[in-house]
Amino acid sequence: MTMFTPVESLLGGALIGLAAAWMWLSLGRVAGVSAIIGVASRAEIDWRMPFLGGLVAAPLVLASSGMEIVWQTPPIGWGLLIIGGLLVGFGTRLGSGCTSGHGVCGVARLSPRSIVATMVFMLTAAIVVYVQRHLGAGGL
Amino acid sequence: MRALAGLIGGLIFGAGLTISGMINPLKVQAFLDVAGNWDPSLAFVMGGAIPVAALGFAIGRRRRAPLLSQGFSGPTKHALDAKLLGGAAIFGIGWGLTGYCPGPALASVGHGAPETLVFVAAMLVGMAGFRLLLRAG
Repeated sequence: MTMFTPVESLLGGALIGLAAAWMWLSLGRVAGVSAIIGVASRAEIDWRMPFLGGLVAAPLVLASSGMEIVWQTPPIGWGLLIIGGLLVGFGTRLGSGCTSGHGVCGVARLSPRSIVATMVFMLTAAIVVYVQRHLGAGGL
Repeated sequence: MRALAGLIGGLIFGAGLTISGMINPLKVQAFLDVAGNWDPSLAFVMGGAIPVAALGFAIGRRRRAPLLSQGFSGPTKHALDAKLLGGAAIFGIGWGLTGYCPGPALASVGHGAPETLVFVAAMLVGMAGFRLLLRAG
């Protein structure tokens, strides 16, 4: 169980939106994390690597400036953790996006593809959590 | 300049993920757990992110080019095809299972928990697997 944090979540969300707006207006690129990390070619590596560096550094910068960060890890076994990682990696590339590219940028652009993709991944994710937590498949 | 723009974007994005609570996989799962002790916080994350991003895209429509690139380079696909639906469904299963999506997982790498590192490694393997499949055609 986690605490409901409407103010922090709204504020943090606005920052995510600001980052998406910044990437579009400065570089003309969509801030979709799965695409930024998953495109193998060296194309546009000039901004992709610094973006990923900033993403990794941000929580450390906040922590060193005194913010208390709740670090949790998925409450499942190693096997399922690896399967989950494989599915997230493969699925986001096959479906051309994740929560940032489809869920924030695509929905903000009113892209039908992104709106449908966001509904689909929210639905399958909610089903999995339901099975995990309410059908006695706790290890799942 | 493009590197600096990328760095700034990543920093703001990562700060947003951290402050909003998205980097906590338990919080993500609590949002997905509509039948249990539902934590609606993540709806507020989207509620904060989408209007601000939409404003950015609206400003972009009035400009011929972004500040630091030749032109805007947005998504080009329009079809609601099986790849999109299947990919989203597969991603959702992994997301529900772990509570991690790519952004928050990467943003958590600096903390160095073995679970995070293993997840990110598996995610990269999954992405590489997709590329191999694409090449095999």
